[in-house]
Amino acid sequence: MSASAQEIENLIGQEYKDGFVTELEVDTFPPGLDEEVIAKLSAIKGEPAFMLEYRLKAFRHWQTMPEPNWAQLNIEPIDYQAISYYSAPKKDADKPQSLDEVDPVLLDTYKKLGIPLDEQERLAGVAVDAVFDSVSVATTFKGKLKDAGVIFCPISEALQEYPELVRQYLGTVVPETDNFFAALNAAVFTDGSFVYIPKGVRCPMELSTYFRINAANTGQFERTLIIADADSHVSYLEGCTAPMRDENQLHAAVVELVALDNAEIKYSTVQNWYPGDENGVGGIYNFVTKRAECRGANSKVSWTQVETGSAITWKYPSCVLLGDHSVGEFYSVALTNNYQQADTGTKMIHIGKNTRSTIIAKGISAGRSQNTYRGLVKVAKSAENARNYTQCDSLLVGDKCGAHTFPYVEVKQPSAQVEHEATTSKISEDQLFFCQQRGLSAEDAVSMIVNGFCKTVFKELPMEFAVEAQALLGISLEGSVG
Amino acid sequence: MLSIENLHVSVGDKPILKGLNLQINAGEVHAIMGPNGAGKSTLSHVLSGKAGYTVTAGSAIYQGKDLLAMEPEMRAREGVFLAFQYPVEIPGVSNIYLLKAALNAMRKHNDLPEVDAMDFLALVKDKVKLLEMDDKFLYRSVKEGFSGGEKKRNEILQAAILEPSLCILDETDSGLDIDALKVVASGLNSLRDPERAFLMITHYQRLLDYVTPDIVHVLADGQIVKTGGAELALELEAKGYQWLEEQAA
Ligand SMILES: Nc1ncnc2c1ncn2[C@@H]1O[C@H](COP(=O)(O)OP(=O)(O)O)[C@@H](O)[C@H]1O
Ligand SMILES: [Mg+2]
Repeated sequence: MSASAQEIENLIGQEYKDGFVTELEVDTFPPGLDEEVIAKLSAIKGEPAFMLEYRLKAFRHWQTMPEPNWAQLNIEPIDYQAISYYSAPKKDADKPQSLDEVDPVLLDTYKKLGIPLDEQERLAGVAVDAVFDSVSVATTFKGKLKDAGVIFCPISEALQEYPELVRQYLGTVVPETDNFFAALNAAVFTDGSFVYIPKGVRCPMELSTYFRINAANTGQFERTLIIADADSHVSYLEGCTAPMRDENQLHAAVVELVALDNAEIKYSTVQNWYPGDENGVGGIYNFVTKRAECRGANSKVSWTQVETGSAITWKYPSCVLLGDHSVGEFYSVALTNNYQQADTGTKMIHIGKNTRSTIIAKGISAGRSQNTYRGLVKVAKSAENARNYTQCDSLLVGDKCGAHTFPYVEVKQPSAQVEHEATTSKISEDQLFFCQQRGLSAEDAVSMIVNGFCKTVFKELPMEFAVEAQALLGISLEGSVG
Repeated sequence: MLSIENLHVSVGDKPILKGLNLQINAGEVHAIMGPNGAGKSTLSHVLSGKAGYTVTAGSAIYQGKDLLAMEPEMRAREGVFLAFQYPVEIPGVSNIYLLKAALNAMRKHNDLPEVDAMDFLALVKDKVKLLEMDDKFLYRSVKEGFSGGEKKRNEILQAAILEPSLCILDETDSGLDIDALKVVASGLNSLRDPERAFLMITHYQRLLDYVTPDIVHVLADGQIVKTGGAELALELEAKGYQWLEEQAA
């Protein structure tokens, strides 16, 4: 057999093997949650024994916890026994067969964002044959990462390929007892991303869930773990500026980041889940626990988020600054329109000496929405010369919406410097008229003014993300001016 | 180009314009002078479509269309430009970004393709030179941290780029030192064109020394009380407005 024939044979063999894995049918679980369900889930995933123990421990703790209810949120009770905790990947036959079968509202948004057709199909979950192009992109991409020694794969795969690495870090930043949703996530998560950047490596490209195969439909309990070993650097992009087709009502993700000595992690999110309609019907409940530990000296973690989607967002990406001279940053734009509710902010916990943190939070409320910034800056006794700078700005569009700011500060170290600035402004009629007098429609004017307001955050986003985020703000504000 | 007949405008219950008549043809430069509170800014706002004013009688026909029935952005796209007496600030929006959006909105309205960033930059640099402005100017947020003179010059730059048919200037000369005034005036003169008309609102003669008007009107108590040539402005400078107001009463 010639070499090329051998290659073809291998290829066919591989395709068969992959096909076999995808075809493996597992029924969707009936609604309900108990230890048996968790055991079954773990078994289907072929997880190592420690994972099942971990999940059960989390579940037992979760059962003792009351549902949180302190946020500035108005939440319909969620029936956790009415949710199915595992659903088999959709078969192609069950997916929309073409864009003609997809909600036109969704397609309209894609068009406005200028998303190419094949990409629209992927986002909308259309059954497409493996496009040769995207396969080859993914392959080059994987090769490049492998050469650099970077691990980037679904966390379920990591649990099989690198169980010890996962075990060493999983739950060490967000323990399974941390809060109600984190406990639930630990008990039932089905997938998410795993990233490991080895010592001294600068990840050769931005990592994005976009490129990860099987990225879609990771489900409502997503789990992400990123470890940047000493002297490494990584930039991770989560989400996509286009709304994803998604049938889950509740999202309770957990993201853990670990930065060792001199390591740097930049984590950017654009969250644009379905916000519900203009009357506040439907929409995603987004309850996420995101936390980073700057374990090493001089380590740095930077969170940048643009939150425009979901009916309810409840999210506080935080940094625990353990290492001396470590740095935490939080840049946030949270936009709410119609009946959306967002309660978001950050926690900066200073423990190491000379630790620094920066918080820039921009909240925009339009329609009848409620937008809350809630932040905690905590300086432990050990954190000599810790410094924090916080700036919270709220912008109101119209007069039926609300903006609220709750900055909490706890300082136990007298040498610490903590600064806080806050402003609330409205889009003035003069600004609007000025833009209209230059030929812009009222909607374009509002979107421009809002983008100007968010500029200091957008400049933290990777370039192509920033451009799309701007377009997204415009779309999210549609209908906010009379 | 613009024909205003018997225009009555109120703010709330308060009548401000009380039967104003005005004819402006393409290529003409009109000056409207008048005491404070006469209704000069009100006229500029009503023509450009600012909210808060009620037209109780009269009409304004612009290029054959009912101007007062159009949305403010449509008036702008149809070529009505207002240089503001008090330019507003938009934090975080650079001057150049706003200008490009404005120009493209206008081009789209006229079924022209949008200009790309490169062509736009070349265009702007030309105009900037014309107005003796600094390039740095372009990248600053709209008017944030601009001096009074810079703000006004910026309004003229916008006019130079958007190339309106009817250019209304509200007290563009106020707050300018003599050097800035000369720069603004030479910018305005360079925009004079047989296809374009100007309505310059001013309290003082100063600007008119550098931009010579074809026709001067005096607006007092909501009406045009006198119309003349460029020499009328000089007469007003010498005698003040008092005699005209008395004449009108
Ligand atoms: N928004 C407003 N509310 C109440 N009165 C107003 C308003 N705008 C203008 N006016 C009144 O209308 C009159 C004319 O004002 P304006 O047009 O600004 O005059 P000018 O520009 O000639 O100085 C003044 O008496 C002023 O107080
Ligand atoms: Mg005035």
